[in-house]
Amino acid sequence: MDDLNLGQHISRQFNEELEDIRNKVLQMGGIVEEQLGRAVKALVEGDTKLAKQVVTDDYRVNALEVEIDEECTRIVARRQPAASDLRLVMAVIKTITDLERIGDEAKRVARMVEEELNGAMAEDVRHELEHMGNLVREMLRMILDAFARLDVESAVRVVKADNRVDVKYVSITRQLMTYMAQDPKSIPRVLNILWAARAMERMGDRCGNIAEYIFYLVHGRDIRHTELDDAVVDLVVGKH
Amino acid sequence: MNNSTRPDLANLPGAQPGPPSEAMPEATVRVKELNLFYDDVQALRNIALDIPGRQVTAFIGPSGCGKSTLLRCFNRMNDLIDGCRTEGKIFIAGKNIQKKKVDVAELRRRVGMVFQKPNPFPKSVYENVAYGLRIQGINKRRVLDETVEWALRGAALWDEVKDRLQEPAFGLSGGQQQRLVIARAIAVQPQVILLDEPCSALDPISTLKVEELIHELKQRYTIIIVTHNMQQAARVSDRTAFMYLGELIEYGDTDQVFTNPVEKRTEDYITGRYG
Repeated sequence: MDDLNLGQHISRQFNEELEDIRNKVLQMGGIVEEQLGRAVKALVEGDTKLAKQVVTDDYRVNALEVEIDEECTRIVARRQPAASDLRLVMAVIKTITDLERIGDEAKRVARMVEEELNGAMAEDVRHELEHMGNLVREMLRMILDAFARLDVESAVRVVKADNRVDVKYVSITRQLMTYMAQDPKSIPRVLNILWAARAMERMGDRCGNIAEYIFYLVHGRDIRHTELDDAVVDLVVGKH
Repeated sequence: MNNSTRPDLANLPGAQPGPPSEAMPEATVRVKELNLFYDDVQALRNIALDIPGRQVTAFIGPSGCGKSTLLRCFNRMNDLIDGCRTEGKIFIAGKNIQKKKVDVAELRRRVGMVFQKPNPFPKSVYENVAYGLRIQGINKRRVLDETVEWALRGAALWDEVKDRLQEPAFGLSGGQQQRLVIARAIAVQPQVILLDEPCSALDPISTLKVEELIHELKQRYTIIIVTHNMQQAARVSDRTAFMYLGELIEYGDTDQVFTNPVEKRTEDYITGRYG
């Protein structure tokens, strides 16, 4: 049941409605991806103008979230979806919440840039942050792709990739702590950077959440709060 | 719904309609290798399923899939159809009802049935409900009165008809008539209640009342319902069986069948896809 066969309903209108919410999720994902890309760029380059743009554009993400939410409510009320259709609607409702939060985190990163960096970021930190930002962007790209293709295996790879983001976050934290210890006057500024790193780490977690929704959508099994590996062995690896 | 206690019929003089249903063992229905033919046409193919007691089991499937035929096997209603022949075993509360020597009238008392269209008798509301008791030879006014009230309350109809018990049953609305028929079925204290599309002729409010009633009734009875309305199956049943072309395709917990069916044919049917 890897393919949802959305186009096979007897009701063509229902086909269209489900296709529509799926497409809108991908559209929303595209905007969030763009926001994240620009936020990381602004952070690394200290580009406050770009950062401002990210902050103002957040409304686009929010508006789509509301729109998709409403559409899902309408589908539930009018169609009473069941089985894979129901799981799609549920997965969409949850996915857009996480996407919207990723958008918020991107905005948070941009705010940090706006507030104050003063080009004071050491080269090695800048490099690390850029690397972390790229990791998260790659995760987001992969998870949207997995959502579009209902590809559980790449969704699972995204969860694995989150470990790398977490490791990176720990290493950046450690690095920033040494700066703060060396120069207490830098603490407010370094804290800003730390929060930006923290925001990116949270984005990685949210991509992992979306991976779990994809798993639920395809296999009908909720793997939240379980050992992912068990579920994967059971359902993904065992199948091939 | 008013859930008054049923008069303890066994203790009343002249009443022997069996022990109170609380004391009855829950009646499970077990079907083994059941095949059914209408002349040369095979309508049921090798059906095997265990229906738990005091739960609601729904049969769903497209028209002609055999769900009503299967339902009618449980009180031998198919005996009435010429050229209908069955193979296999059906156990209700442990007894094989397929055996020739089974008293079919007694079986139908234990396994009540409600049809798509309400079919009250051309009698008063009261006499409709009392009918089953009267044919068992129970004529004591007090027993009848108490049973009629208990059954009507059980069918969530008492408050609506208590002032018109002697009026013709045909004067009731469709939804009321359907609940009257259910009251008639439960008055004789069956173990199993078969419902064949009980709400298809009812408006949404009456439908909800009957569904609420089904929920109440399952505390005492084993209920099997055939419905074309999938949302209804999802709402009222604990277990769901999906049938297709005379075969049982999938049978499982309703929650599972409606969120994550195992079989693709089930999935296609309940989501309204081309099979």
